[in-house]
Amino acid sequence: MTQGANQSRIGVLAIQGDFSAHALALEESGAKALEIRKPEEIDGIDGLILPGGESTTMLKFLERSGFLDALKDFATERPVFGTCAGIILLAREVRHPAQVSLGLLDAVVERNAYGRQIDSSILVGPSELGAEPLEMVFIRAPRILETGPEVEVLARRDGFPVLVRQGRIMAATFHPELSTDRRVHRLFADIVSNSSQPGGIG
Amino acid sequence: MSEKNGNKAFTSTSLRLKIGLAEMLKGGVIMDVMNVEQARIAEEAGAVSVMALERVPAMIRAEGGVARMASPKLIKEIIQAVSIPVMAKARIGHFAEAQVLQELGVDFIDESEVLTPADETHHIDKHAFKTPFVCGARNLGEALRRIAEGAAMIRTKGEAGTGDVVHAVQHMRQIVKEMKALTVLSEQELYHAAKEHQAPYELVRIVAQTGKLPVPNFSAGGIATPADAALMMQLGAEAIFVGSGIFMKERATPLDVENDPKERAEAVSRAKAIVIATTHYNDPKIVAEASEQVTGTMKGLAAAAIEEKELLQTRGW
Repeated sequence: MTQGANQSRIGVLAIQGDFSAHALALEESGAKALEIRKPEEIDGIDGLILPGGESTTMLKFLERSGFLDALKDFATERPVFGTCAGIILLAREVRHPAQVSLGLLDAVVERNAYGRQIDSSILVGPSELGAEPLEMVFIRAPRILETGPEVEVLARRDGFPVLVRQGRIMAATFHPELSTDRRVHRLFADIVSNSSQPGGIG
Repeated sequence: MSEKNGNKAFTSTSLRLKIGLAEMLKGGVIMDVMNVEQARIAEEAGAVSVMALERVPAMIRAEGGVARMASPKLIKEIIQAVSIPVMAKARIGHFAEAQVLQELGVDFIDESEVLTPADETHHIDKHAFKTPFVCGARNLGEALRRIAEGAAMIRTKGEAGTGDVVHAVQHMRQIVKEMKALTVLSEQELYHAAKEHQAPYELVRIVAQTGKLPVPNFSAGGIATPADAALMMQLGAEAIFVGSGIFMKERATPLDVENDPKERAEAVSRAKAIVIATTHYNDPKIVAEASEQVTGTMKGLAAAAIEEKELLQTRGW
């Protein structure tokens, strides 16, 4: 955990969605959280979270004023973490229906793959984040259908990846920000602080 | 007092999932739609959800008669047409309509004063459903009574179908003021506050500790322009419902989005502008730019000119 002057500044895309839940989770994980609504606001941050919400709505804003290109540039050197709608924005390919995405994560993602709200669920299962089981809140969740060779799978549901990492890109089909377990956000905060230091993984 | 009214309720799996979906809608716009074409326009414009209904409030107000749940056929068509969550309204107390909506796979049920109430005493027991509910409120007590019944989202009632934001403002200010007042009370004073608000003590205590509702707090009722949306967001709303403000032309006539390209373009411009203003509510430059793109606004009806007995907001208690 970093503090004070060394504290990471992590942006949360605040176009729409549960960005305030992410901001709280980041603060609890020792990082400073900033709301990001415009492309010029990503300049001063060390990492970025794409929160849960409606990916179609977020895309409308990202497709305007060069926001998509700014995010692609940002991700070439700084870490990005997407949850639910966020993983849909990050994926190489989106199905059901097909839509534009950043292509930063080598994965094929299917939207609303588990059904409607009535099919939403909270599951507890093993993960690579330690022996303690991880709670996973799925809300109208997408499914990762395929992943590329560089994608490391950190947790699964029925055999399908639900938490993945590809270098400085992290993604979850569930909502760690809606649980009290902070291991997922702490991992991202660590990736951010390592990549913003000289000689780090960035 | 039952345990489900207290703090523990908010750790139950069912309520966490319901509130979780409400969290995902924050910062967005939920639009009333009456057909598939309107639903597509709403999604294209960036709505986070659509509310499927037979007649928007402005038409219900103008035409009168009994307003009921939308037809399952229409709701199914709209569910098929869009990828965003679909909401639908049930009459106050009409739990059988709510059961039908849950069966259809609707993502959120609005137990709404806009429809003709089916029960003059009881609201729906919303804990009995897996589908989340949103309910209207004019003050904190009403909001907390709905939350006690299981609502996972509160919205101001405003005065639906008018295009006059005055009562949405009044209700939001009232709720925010009453929440602030609770935060400075001592523990002993909270029992009396619960009595005054006619709300469960456990919920009053949660508001006193946190200064906010234990579920998301959205705004509805008379919001018709991008600046209206920005106003409600600045007053504390976490998302915006737009009913008649996007697809209505005259008081009881919708824009013909299916056959008239000019009227379709007008609806698209209104929908897009309200979405932009809701995200950038604190940025007047962007709200101004968005407003400039709008080619028309619903005619509207001053809420003050409506007789007391014609008000929709007094339905529910």
